[in-house]
Amino acid sequence: MSFQTFVQQFFNGVSLGSLYALIAIGYTMVYGILRLINFAHGDVFMVGAYLFFYLVALFHLPWYLALAGAMLLAAGVGMLIDRAAYRPVREAPRISALITAVGVAFLLENGAIVALGARPKAFPRPAVMTQVYQISGANVLGVSFWVPVLALVLLALLLLLVYRTKVGMAMRAVATDMEATRLMGVDVDRVISYTFAVGSALAAAGGIMWAFKYPQIQPLMGVYPGWKAFTAAVVGGIGSIAGATLGGFLIGMVEILFVAFFPMHSGYRDAVIFALLILFLLVRPTGILGAPLKEKV
Amino acid sequence: MRNGHVTAPLAEPASETGAPLLELENVHVSYGAIHALKGVSLRVAPGQIVTLIGANGAGKSTTLRAITGLVRPRAGAIRLRGQEIGGLKPHRIVQLGVAMAPEGRRIFPNLTVAENLMMGAYHRTDAARIAADLDRVYRLFPRLYERRRQSGGTLSGGEQQMLAVGRALMSNPRILCLDEPSLGLAPALRQEVFRALAQLHQEGCTLLLVEQNARAALKLAQYAYVLETGRVVLEGPAHELAEDPQVRRAYLGEG
Repeated sequence: MSFQTFVQQFFNGVSLGSLYALIAIGYTMVYGILRLINFAHGDVFMVGAYLFFYLVALFHLPWYLALAGAMLLAAGVGMLIDRAAYRPVREAPRISALITAVGVAFLLENGAIVALGARPKAFPRPAVMTQVYQISGANVLGVSFWVPVLALVLLALLLLLVYRTKVGMAMRAVATDMEATRLMGVDVDRVISYTFAVGSALAAAGGIMWAFKYPQIQPLMGVYPGWKAFTAAVVGGIGSIAGATLGGFLIGMVEILFVAFFPMHSGYRDAVIFALLILFLLVRPTGILGAPLKEKV
Repeated sequence: MRNGHVTAPLAEPASETGAPLLELENVHVSYGAIHALKGVSLRVAPGQIVTLIGANGAGKSTTLRAITGLVRPRAGAIRLRGQEIGGLKPHRIVQLGVAMAPEGRRIFPNLTVAENLMMGAYHRTDAARIAADLDRVYRLFPRLYERRRQSGGTLSGGEQQMLAVGRALMSNPRILCLDEPSLGLAPALRQEVFRALAQLHQEGCTLLLVEQNARAALKLAQYAYVLETGRVVLEGPAHELAEDPQVRRAYLGEG
């Protein structure tokens, strides 16, 4: 592999990885608090891309405003999903919540097919994303450069929220001991709701930037990225934000390097990631940064 | 930051004397088929330390869980200053002035000591008074001040208990419920915790104390209730119960 190709592939891997990281954070935050795998999370990613599409198509918003607007609306969608689907089964056995999550995923996917049509739509890409930059003699597409930058900004904002604000402190408290947090006068349902909002906004940002990269959107676009981001969360150590970020970049890199080294087998790129998921579940289910499993009482 | 003046603690105004601060009337609680409380009635007057003693499974912890809203009473009334609080959500009850240092301490191990304390003040918005209360907790437990930047999980058992009490105080409660604060502590630390509770009483706090260590609890409290299998079987001024032959035999380990 020439140096130029390496630089190109490196940016590809980092940009793909930063997208997986953004989605994986939503899985990991919800899991950390509710011990629930929110299977609908990948579909919120799709909803985010469609929200951006319509904000641009209908209101002709500039891309950064449409991005912010779609993130806000997706946050609302996440809160609504929690309120309507998950809160009613909060006290039920965990398997009920899991089945509910699968149901919400199907509802969003098929609801989008019915309401928006199954045919892919061409996604409006901002000019900066299609520009080509010369970095160390390699041609790097704008999207491969700007997506990781945007993702890192969002990640920094998330860390500020979680470690420097009161509601972030409550999120960390709920994740370790929900009942004790209630005894602190915290409305735990509201904290959970905010957690869904934050995760969903990040997933929407991921969906939009995904569509900057692969500029076609369709109702099932969130399924595979969602599963791979889930893999990233598990590989990194589910429940840990740092783990989800690390796992995201790792999965992105592995995928891109696999395609770069074995171009004739690129059809197996998803299979390789899911093999990694199975491997981790067998060998190290707590992931790279995960604490030893503790059963929550 | 520790030289702030002494603020008025959780004392009740003198005008309230007579009326109970907290009152339980015929409270029933069930866990599924298990009838854990079978009509518990008790009263806590402002400024008092009241203790609930009894064997394991007598319903002491369940009584506190009902007061703090962690379990919903099946029947009966729980009133704080005359207002019905039975069945409210826990966070509402905390906001109305009931704080709890739960059994097993239940501090947040991944949060720093200072963050744990701030969690106690979560629902409050009066920054100046919160800072004053933080000062007060650090004066009560200087060790917490020394370790304020450490994560809660690194503290010893006794320090964690101080943190649990301090965290509960940070909500500026009208009444502080303590579930087994001396459980599993070495004698010296146990004494330190009881000394802190006595000091809180001096400052005018109202405490509802559940204890296995009946001897220490009866020495500290003014009034006591003895629970057996979900019922109050005996009540009276703590010093009288400490002399009661039945109590001495059953709970103080005397022939």
